[in-house]
Amino acid sequence: MTSTEARAQGSRLELTLHRPGDELALIPYTMAGYPDRSRSIEHGRAYARAGAAAIEVGVPYSDPLADGPVVQRAGQAALEVGTTLADSISIAAAIAEEGAPVVLMTYVNPILSHGAQRFATDAARAGIAGVIIPDLPAEESEPLADPLRAAGLDTIFLVAPTSPDARIRNIVQQSSGFVYCVTLAGVTGPRAELDPGLEGLLLRLLAATTLPVAAGFGIATPVHLRRLRGKADAAVVASALLARIHAGEEPLTLAEELLQACR
Amino acid sequence: MPTQTGRFGPYGGQYVPETLMAALAELESAWVEAWSDAAFQLELRAQQHAFIGRPTPLYSADRLSEEFGGARLHLKREDLCHTGAHKLNNALGQVMLARRMGKARIIAETGAGQHGVAAATACARFGLECVVFMGREDMRRQSVNVRRMRLLGAEVREVTLGTGTLKDATSEAIRDWVANVASTHYVIGSAVGPHPYPELVRELQRVIGDEARDQYLAAEGRLPDIVIACVGGGSNAIGMFTAFVGDQDVRLVGVEAAGRGVETGLHAASLTGGRPGVLHGSYSYVLQTEDGQVKPTHSISAGLDYPGVGPEHAFLRDLERVEYTAVTDAEAVAAFKLCTRLEGIIPALEPSHALARARGFAEELGPSGRILICLSGRGDKDLDSVEEFDDQH
Ligand SMILES: Cc1ncc(COP(=O)(O)O)c(C=O)c1O
Repeated sequence: MTSTEARAQGSRLELTLHRPGDELALIPYTMAGYPDRSRSIEHGRAYARAGAAAIEVGVPYSDPLADGPVVQRAGQAALEVGTTLADSISIAAAIAEEGAPVVLMTYVNPILSHGAQRFATDAARAGIAGVIIPDLPAEESEPLADPLRAAGLDTIFLVAPTSPDARIRNIVQQSSGFVYCVTLAGVTGPRAELDPGLEGLLLRLLAATTLPVAAGFGIATPVHLRRLRGKADAAVVASALLARIHAGEEPLTLAEELLQACR
Repeated sequence: MPTQTGRFGPYGGQYVPETLMAALAELESAWVEAWSDAAFQLELRAQQHAFIGRPTPLYSADRLSEEFGGARLHLKREDLCHTGAHKLNNALGQVMLARRMGKARIIAETGAGQHGVAAATACARFGLECVVFMGREDMRRQSVNVRRMRLLGAEVREVTLGTGTLKDATSEAIRDWVANVASTHYVIGSAVGPHPYPELVRELQRVIGDEARDQYLAAEGRLPDIVIACVGGGSNAIGMFTAFVGDQDVRLVGVEAAGRGVETGLHAASLTGGRPGVLHGSYSYVLQTEDGQVKPTHSISAGLDYPGVGPEHAFLRDLERVEYTAVTDAEAVAAFKLCTRLEGIIPALEPSHALARARGFAEELGPSGRILICLSGRGDKDLDSVEEFDDQH
């Protein structure tokens, strides 16, 4: 199935992330198995109940090339308690029961190791809406993306500040559900300020697609979210929430503040 | 080889964050342009001669030959390269390319410290800023090289996350590149990583085999029966093998690190004990768990202590053009000592793996056999590791 056909059927993610006016859809992140299985589920479900548009569930990986120290540390801790890809899928399934669509974010090797076809079937059966693979550029995606699309999953590709327009056109073609806009040249991790070039990048991206655009990487505060309103459809927040958990705090408090800034 | 999309058969590719894709395209076109430019080639040749000390000699290891039963052993003396290993062939070429691309900052990863020293040396020579990522464990066991890098003006950044070895240093270097891609060139240290690196590093290292083949023919009037090289990421091996791949009668043998024994799980033999997967941007053989997590490795030799291998080696293995085998820590240490005593050459622990494997082939071939070994580096950096090994055994 092409992404156009998926759009014609109306992807759940696409419908959820297009919000009225300048409202921003929030996509909080929970790392499967961090700090343990049950709390990673609880956090995801609590974000959904509080009004998050969708939940991103991270699959822990030994060598996360796109992630800064906060996500790395959370992933390492999740692996130390034995979290597998199958566990992550079942954690995502438990969060999906809350109703908000769930996207799985995983590096490519666990999928290859699991088998792309088997992964697509398992993820679809778990009620997962889409998949983000941060080390799979659009060029390399075909053998993996085909079974995902056939199973009815959205394939979300990433655009970076360094992507030329020709690449952006190809990336949005391959994407369904939404397009992920990496806000800065760098790895994940909370930043004090958003990148000054972000608005320009979002304009380039919105000109290239009718899909919702979610901004992610570095977004950490209500101020950041207010600045994004009317410029992006959605925002992903990961490290800021994980850092709260790492500090022994309840991440829902921050999630609620962030949600307030979106509406 | 590779194909247009940067594949060696099914292996290779570009599995990296989108942020790096434009930089890889820029690197590829700058590389293709420089490599076909006669002026760049001339300048590289001049630097290889005056700065690295090329051509390195081909040496007939007569006493070692006698010890191994008579087959004639020759060593390609990459240990005589400036800074003590083949690594400078690659680092110098890449730093010259980076200058041409207008990049003022160089980053590199290092395991044994040999590539880090080579990168720091080339940067000192050309006045570029240099940051080297190195695992905590490797900084401990290769402390002399840490001091050399600092003297050369490089900043050495300790990597503590993960296992604190070469795998994690490489991941951290890639993350730095993602964040500084406009100003920075990443000088990768082996024939690994996303396209175009495996091809670029092979072309910069093939001078080893090109020289050795000519030298061998001139000295012996024929080609060797077997050519042996150690395989970490695979750069000295691919550099040696490329000249001989078309010589169907020459057996090519790559030697990986079996650590405490492949059956113990404490090893770094990706082709012998791994299966295909993605690591550091390319699809090749990877030591990984059933769930696709990259495994920690073990080798006495920091330069071979890596869970992946270059994609061209994966292809050459599937084609059965190169045989890959593995040698334990103990066998490598024994060969290290033997070569030192009998030849007056202290080899690095990495090529000591190749030397150790040569004994079996020498016995197999008998006195009429001819074996060429890539002596990829010298062993001054390894004295502590060998003493520590002796204390424990
Ligand atoms: C002397 C020497 N030989 C071999 C290697 C292994 O690397 P490669 O397989 O890329 O030649 C190293 C790596 O540090 C080294 O220092």
